Amino acid sequence: MVTFLQQLVNGLTVGAIYALIALGYTMVYGVLGLINFAHGEVFMVGTYVGIYAALALGYEAMRPEAFGPHQALVVMLAAMAGAAMLGLTIERLAYRPVRGAPRLTALITAIGVSLLLQNLGMLVFGADPESFPRIVVERVYDVGGVVVTNVKLLIVAIAIVLVVALELLVHRTWTGKAMRALSFNMGAARLMGIAVDRVIAQTFAIGSALAAAGGILFGLDQSKCDPQMGVLVGLKAFVAAVVGGIGNIRGAALGGLLIGVAEQMTAGYLSADYRDAITFVLLIGVLLLRPAGLLGTVRQEKV
Amino acid sequence: MSRWLRRGAIALLVVALCWGLDRLFEAFLVEYAVRIVIFCGLNAILAVGLNLINGTTGQFSIGHAGFMAVGAYGGAYTVVQLETWLGPSLTALPTFAQQAVALTSGVLVGATVAAIAGFLVGVPSLRLRGDYLAIVTLGFGEIIRLLFNNSETFGGATGYSGGRPLGLTTYTSFFWVALWAVIVVTVVAHLTRSSYGRALRAIREDEIAAEAVGLPTTRLKVMAFVVSAAAAGIAGALFAHLQSAVRPDDFKLDRSVDMIVMIIVGGLGSVTGAVLGGIFVAVTLELFRQWAEYRLVAYALLLVVLMIVRPQGLLGTRELDLAAVGRWWRARRTGGAS
Amino acid sequence: MSGGRPLLELREVHKVFGGLRAISGVSLRIEAGQIFGLIGPNGAGKTTLFNVITGIYRPDGGEVLFDGRPIGGLPPARIALMGIARTFQNIRLIGEMTVRENVMVAGHHRRGVGLLGTVLRTRRWSDGERALRRKADELLEVLGLSALADEQARNLPYGSQRRVEIARALMLEPRLVLLDEPAAGLNSKEADVLKEQIRWLRDTFRLTVVLVEHNMHVVMGVCEHVHCVDHGETIASGTPDEVRNHPAVLAAYLGEPSVAGSGAGS
Repeated sequence: MVTFLQQLVNGLTVGAIYALIALGYTMVYGVLGLINFAHGEVFMVGTYVGIYAALALGYEAMRPEAFGPHQALVVMLAAMAGAAMLGLTIERLAYRPVRGAPRLTALITAIGVSLLLQNLGMLVFGADPESFPRIVVERVYDVGGVVVTNVKLLIVAIAIVLVVALELLVHRTWTGKAMRALSFNMGAARLMGIAVDRVIAQTFAIGSALAAAGGILFGLDQSKCDPQMGVLVGLKAFVAAVVGGIGNIRGAALGGLLIGVAEQMTAGYLSADYRDAITFVLLIGVLLLRPAGLLGTVRQEKV
Repeated sequence: MSRWLRRGAIALLVVALCWGLDRLFEAFLVEYAVRIVIFCGLNAILAVGLNLINGTTGQFSIGHAGFMAVGAYGGAYTVVQLETWLGPSLTALPTFAQQAVALTSGVLVGATVAAIAGFLVGVPSLRLRGDYLAIVTLGFGEIIRLLFNNSETFGGATGYSGGRPLGLTTYTSFFWVALWAVIVVTVVAHLTRSSYGRALRAIREDEIAAEAVGLPTTRLKVMAFVVSAAAAGIAGALFAHLQSAVRPDDFKLDRSVDMIVMIIVGGLGSVTGAVLGGIFVAVTLELFRQWAEYRLVAYALLLVVLMIVRPQGLLGTRELDLAAVGRWWRARRTGGAS
Repeated sequence: MSGGRPLLELREVHKVFGGLRAISGVSLRIEAGQIFGLIGPNGAGKTTLFNVITGIYRPDGGEVLFDGRPIGGLPPARIALMGIARTFQNIRLIGEMTVRENVMVAGHHRRGVGLLGTVLRTRRWSDGERALRRKADELLEVLGLSALADEQARNLPYGSQRRVEIARALMLEPRLVLLDEPAAGLNSKEADVLKEQIRWLRDTFRLTVVLVEHNMHVVMGVCEHVHCVDHGETIASGTPDEVRNHPAVLAAYLGEPSVAGSGAGS
C-alpha cells in the first residue's frame, strides 16, 4: 500500500508536468490542426533559459539556500518569457509560410523545426546532461511511510494554478473566445474580423510559456536536463493530449496525470525498462477504443 | 514463355552488371569509397521502401529505423544460427557461395520479421488519422530500439555479435547491396505503376473518395506499410553484415530522420527521386563526417526550407528516366533557341 | 415496376450529430430501374442520407436494406462494391491523376491479380491492366470525355469534372447510382441535356438512379418518384405532381420560389 501511494505521489508529480506541456500541444492542435513537434524542444529550451537565469541571478551550487523564493519566481518568469519568444519565432518563420499547405507539408516542417532546435541545443548547450539548479531547497516529509517533498507539492500546486488560469483565459476572455472561434472555423473567424495571425501567435506564446513552466518544474523534480530531453517528454505530453482528447484543455490535464501515474506504476510494479513503453500502449489503446480521446468529441468530416 | 526468357536474360544482365561494378569498385576505389557506394545502395533500398508508404500512400511514418533494426537483428541472428548449424560445411564453400547462402537467408528472414513487425504496428496505427500515425510510429520505433537495448539475447546496449569474439561475419559487399536494391526498386516500381499504385495515390489524395470507389483503404495502407517495413528489414540485414555487431544505437531517431531527408530531397512519391535522395544522404554523410554535429542541424534546416520553398521535393512525384531527361534536354534547347 | 422487393429500402433511419437530429425516422423505398428524386431545403438532411446509404456515416437507428440485405454501418468500400456508386456535391476527383486513371481506380477490385502477380508482372497482370484501361476508355467515350483522357483531372472545367465523376461511378458497375446535385452550376440548356443524360444512363446501364437536386426543373422533369425531406423528416413522397402540390412542401419551400415556379411552368 505504501509503495502504491508512493508511486501515486510520484506519478501525479510527473503527470502534472506532462499536463502543463500537453496544454501547448492541445492548444496549437485545436487552432491549427498541427502537431507541433517542436513543442518538446520549446520545453527543453525553456528549461535551459531557467538554468542561465538562475546563474545570472547569482545561484551558487554550494549554497542553494541563499537563493530566495522571489528569485526562483524570476527564474520561472524568465524561462516562460524566453520560451514564449521562441514559440513566436517558430510560428512566424516556419509555420506561417506553410499554413495553407497540405497537412503533410506542415507536419514535416514541424519535424524539421524540432530536429533543428534539438541539434542546435546540442551545439549551444553541449550534449552532456546538466544538473538543474536547486532553486527551491527540498524539504522531505514522511507521511506514514510515503515520502512527500515540498518540491512535489509545489509542482502540483503550480500546475493546478496554471491549468485553472488557462481554463479561465480560454473561457472567460476575448482572446480565449477568439481562439475557440479559430479552432471551430478559421475561415469564418477571419470573416468575423478576428485577427487570425495575432490569435495564432498568442496561442503559440501561451503554450510555449506553459511548456517552459513545465520545464522548470521538471528540472526541480528530476534535477537533470539535456538537449534531447524534449523528445521523450514532449512525446509523452503529446500522448497525454491525445489520450485526454486533443483540443480539450481539461482532457490534456487529465491525460497528463494519467500518463504520469501509469508510467510510475509500471516502473514500480513491472520494470523501469517498460516505463516509456506504457505511454504508447495507452495511446494505442485509447485511439482504438475511443479515437477522440477520453474527453474529446468526435468531429466528423463534412462530405 | 518468351516473356520469362526475356526476363531471365535481363536478370542475368543485371547480376552481371552488379558484379562488374563490384569488381570495378574493389579494384579502383579505396575501401572508404567502397563503403560510400555500399551505403548509397542501402539508402536507396531504405528510401524507396519508405517512399511507398510516406510518399505514394501519404501515411507518414517516422519510425522506420525500428523495422530496419528488426531486420538487422533478425538477419544477424539467423546467419549466426546457420553458421553454427552448418559449421565447416559452410566455411568449406568458396567465399561467394558462403555469401550467397548465409546472406540470402539472413536477408530473407530479416525482411520477413520486419514485415511481421510492420503488420503488427500497422494494423492498429493505420486506422488513425495521418498525423497521429507519425507520432505512433515514432513511439513504436523507440520501443523496438528499447526492446533490443534491454534484451540479453541480443547483447543489450553493447549490441549483438553472435556471442563471438570476432563478431559477425562481414558478408555484405557492393554486389549484394546492388542486387537487393534492384530487387526492391523493381518491386516498388511495379507496385506503384499498377492498379495498386493508383489506389494508393487515391488514398493519399482523398480517402473518402477512395472508399467510395470501393478501395479497402485500411487494407491497402497496411499492405504498403508492410512492404515498406520489409524493405527496411532487407536494408537492416545487409547493414548488419557490414560490421562485426548490430548495436541498438544504430537505429536511433537519427536514422529515421536520414530516411525522411532522403525521400523529401528526392521527392515524395517518386521512385527514382528516392534513389537519388538515398545517394545524396550517403554522400553528404561521408563528406561532412568531420562536422558530424552540424549534419543534423543542416538536415533539419534543409527540411524546413524545402517545405517552405519546394514542398514536393526535387523531383516531386515525377520519375527520372531517359524519356524525362530527353524531354528536359529538348525543352532546354528549344527554350535556348527561341 | 412496383411490388416485389425494392432495390433500396430505408426503414426509420436516424442520424444524430451531437444532439442535432440530422435525420429522424426517414423511410423510403426505391424500386429497381427507378429515377428517384430526393429534395428538400438546404440543410434538410439530403446529403446526410446519401452518406448514411454509402456508409460514410453509421446510422444511429433504423435499417438500410440494399436488395434485401442490411448494409447500415458497413464500411463504404464494401457498400460500393455491393453495387452502390455515388458522386459528390463538392467534386472529389483525384486532381493529380489523369482522367483515365481516375476512372480506372474504381476498377481496382476487378484487376484480376494479387500483390505477387503485380510485382512479377504476370500475364494476368497485363491482361487485367489492359481490361481496366479498355473499360475506362469505353466509359470516357460514351460520356464524351475521350479527348480529355490524358489530362490531369484538376485541369478540367467544372462540367467535365462532374462527368468524370459519373464515369468513375459507372466503373464500379453499380446497380444504384447516387448523384449529389448533378445540375449544380449548369445553365438551363445544360440542365436539359443533363435530364436526357440521366435517362440515357439509366436505360443504357440498367441502373437505378437517385438524385439530390435543387434544380426543380430537372427533378420534376426526370424523376418518376420524388421524396421531400425537411429538418431530417419526410414531409412528402409520391409522383412529381403530388409532391409539387403538397402543402407541406410548399410551406417548406416558402421563400424559395423554385418549386412554385417550375410547377407553374411545366
